[in-house]
Amino acid sequence: MSAIYNLSRRGFLKGIVGSGAFVLGAHYVPRILWADETVLNRTEADLATLHPNVFVGIDSDGTVHIVAHRSEMGTVIRTSLPMVVADELDADWKRVKVEQAIGDSRYGDQNTDGSHSIRSFYDTMRVAGATARFMLIQAAAQQWGVSPADCKTDLHAVVHPASKRRLGYGELASAASKLPVPKKEDLQFKHKDAWRYIGKGMDSLDLTDLCTGKAVYGMDAKLDGMVYASIEHPPVFGGKVKSYDEKAPLQVAGVQKTVPIDPFKPPCAFQPLGGIAVIADNTWSAFQGRKKLNIAWENGPNETYNSAAYEKELHETARQPCKVIRSEGDVDSTFAKGEPVFEGDYYVPLLAHASMEPMVALAEFKDGKVRAWAPTQNPQAAQAIISQELGIPKENVICHVTLLGGGFGRKSKPDYVAEAAVLSKKLAKPVKVVWSREDDIKFDYYNAVAAMYLKASLDAKGKPTAWLQRSVFPPIPSIYDVNAVYGDPGHLAQGWTDMPYDIPNLRIENGPAKAHVRIGWLRSVANIYHAFAVQTFTDELAHRAGRDPAEYLLDVIGPPRTIDLKSTGYPNYGASFETYPWETGRLRRVTELVIEKSGWGKRKLGKGHGLGIAAHRSFLTYVAAVVEVEVTDDGDVKIPRVEMVVDAGLVVNPEITRAQFEGAAVFGTSVARSGEITAKDGAIVQSNFNDYPVARIDEAPYQTNVHIIDSDAPPAGVGEPGVPPFIPALCNAIFAATGKRIRQLPLTRTNLARAG
Amino acid sequence: MIQLKVNGVDRSFGGNQNMPLLWYLRDVLGLTGTKFGCGVALCGACTVHRNGEAVRACVTPMSSVSGADITTIEAVGEKGLHPVQAAWIQHNVPQCGYCQSGQIMQAIALLRATPKPTDEEIDEGMAGNICRCGTYQRIRAAIKTAAKEPV
Repeated sequence: MSAIYNLSRRGFLKGIVGSGAFVLGAHYVPRILWADETVLNRTEADLATLHPNVFVGIDSDGTVHIVAHRSEMGTVIRTSLPMVVADELDADWKRVKVEQAIGDSRYGDQNTDGSHSIRSFYDTMRVAGATARFMLIQAAAQQWGVSPADCKTDLHAVVHPASKRRLGYGELASAASKLPVPKKEDLQFKHKDAWRYIGKGMDSLDLTDLCTGKAVYGMDAKLDGMVYASIEHPPVFGGKVKSYDEKAPLQVAGVQKTVPIDPFKPPCAFQPLGGIAVIADNTWSAFQGRKKLNIAWENGPNETYNSAAYEKELHETARQPCKVIRSEGDVDSTFAKGEPVFEGDYYVPLLAHASMEPMVALAEFKDGKVRAWAPTQNPQAAQAIISQELGIPKENVICHVTLLGGGFGRKSKPDYVAEAAVLSKKLAKPVKVVWSREDDIKFDYYNAVAAMYLKASLDAKGKPTAWLQRSVFPPIPSIYDVNAVYGDPGHLAQGWTDMPYDIPNLRIENGPAKAHVRIGWLRSVANIYHAFAVQTFTDELAHRAGRDPAEYLLDVIGPPRTIDLKSTGYPNYGASFETYPWETGRLRRVTELVIEKSGWGKRKLGKGHGLGIAAHRSFLTYVAAVVEVEVTDDGDVKIPRVEMVVDAGLVVNPEITRAQFEGAAVFGTSVARSGEITAKDGAIVQSNFNDYPVARIDEAPYQTNVHIIDSDAPPAGVGEPGVPPFIPALCNAIFAATGKRIRQLPLTRTNLARAG
Repeated sequence: MIQLKVNGVDRSFGGNQNMPLLWYLRDVLGLTGTKFGCGVALCGACTVHRNGEAVRACVTPMSSVSGADITTIEAVGEKGLHPVQAAWIQHNVPQCGYCQSGQIMQAIALLRATPKPTDEEIDEGMAGNICRCGTYQRIRAAIKTAAKEPV
């Protein structure tokens, strides 16, 4: 471990850049970056009397400042991580002030994506709190002339039980600040029995503001003298403006001018798409002005992209031998033995995020520096793209993170933040870029459209003797490399490379597909289509064998064992196999429990009702779902009840975690019912909630019961893992209710009416 | 010139009468608790009360609010939390929270018209308000809790 400096000694620190600092988690090493104090906004924690690391500060009045460096989009992460700090510090939550960090690499990774905030920063937060607690105990012991070992903490105070002496944290802050910062090895962590907050949970610290209209989202940011911008983007990805009417928009009251934005230079990554911005006194005038732009476009090569033809191509590719990414035993010779063979083609279309808050950002370029306010999941990426677009050092970009009105992965891509900065530079005033809902739907980074082909040979009991699966989808790396056509290991890992069944002969393949729109990650990403295909195919095999789908699922999962995927290069969501092995026993356990909780096979169901089951591991969390549907005579699907069992290791905030899985069931309902983005001649057809509907209160599950397994395993993800098993469980339930098999999404493609 | 009352304060508006109330509230008055979600009355994030009735501010032109009494989320809890807000907090309803101003304004209007709503009446009353985070079952529970109190 590197040397550790006490950040409260500011004179000493000035000018230090690099490897010092508070060295924590294995791959998240924050660094001090105070070379120019005018560049980075200091936090209250930085300025506090005792400031042992970038996440914590304690004032002499006892106020504890904790920095939340992850973005808040409804997962309550900006409460849950500071709560871990407060617990290890033994701080009184009522005296804690949480402040939101700007984008700054000294905090380590800030991309609030991939369901890994707790997993990656749980230890960091514990160390941050325990370090301050250690120093406070040392300071008190020195003052009393006793051994630190004879002292302990008691909710915001250090006590010496033998002499019944007590000093509050505020009284000790100054003396503690003069002590060296301890090494991690010297720290003592609380035993779990002593936890006040971890595992018990806490409401969002924003809860009241969220219910009273006081919460500030990106949409609500403002600066004196700012103007509003609305941008007409090229309707076809990669298109350019040929000509437009510069003057006509000015006839709209409130419109000030029109400003062209250059098209991106491929690969697009997070660059602005380009187009024409209309600048106005208010949002509505900017929207109105756009209607008069009369732009002629040069669409470029993607104008031949049509979803129906593309779907056919994906299926054709999936029916051909593709790139092998995992192979065990001998699939081909087993298939040749003459056992019965079963196969299926599956399809999931492009999906849009449709967060309730459309893309929006405010930026001011002034004196060679940018200040931005944005609902971003990834403020450091915003810094990087603004730096690149404006040709200024990254350190000269301050990105403030507002609350996010939903994110689901879209707001990890800061193209919209860059637009505001680019326009502010051109206009020399603060600019707020506001996307309409139509912009949001038409210019997303979509979850990939995917075709999958599965084939199995079966023994006398209907159990697979050989299993082949191929998946074909335009990959996310296509935004960084225009020639990328194969899935990257990270996304193939999502429910594909790690297909967990106990089958002796297994081959997993991936085929090429070229992207014609921006592809991105959306809540659980490739797990959505992979879990849909595997878990639906499994249900089909069970029915084909005349076996109970739940019993069959447990049979193919097989006995408890650890799957060895090291030779496949399986990235395991960036975690080590030692800490987070792939354990089929845990998948079995959630499956067994969901069978019990749902009353599977024991409950009498009403007319038109059916139960479906699915189980899946994603983001290192094991989830099983049983969905009950009622399909009405006219084919409407209602979801009276959902049971989900979750093994996410240690769960820091249980009630909030339950809410994440309730929400995942609704998100999955939207995907299944109506999630489909299509392109015609390169342009996205859908535009708003009329043609890209998401689940409403009368369509969502009526009741989702979430059961969390009590576990001491290290913490895993909770934001995303509920989505993948929910969707096939729903579709399997529809089969149970109607006899109609769903092999392609959304459900609108299948006539579920009784006579149909 | 349009005269109206917003959260009990007299206001006059001399701009384009086609401007939706939403943008007058947000960009002119700075009342940003009312949210922009879709612009075409499909999501309910912009729900406010006009003379006590829930309307979608994004499709309510200023010309239609002359002489009207407008209430937004900012005024609902002014004198302590409204029972609907208290129920929202009790049931930990919000996730991202962006739609919740509209949900709460709609729920208050629903409970005024139907003080003890059934599940079907809640579905019918709230189906115009989208929550992408999926907090619907908590919304339903919170409405039932709030229904126990006069609103």
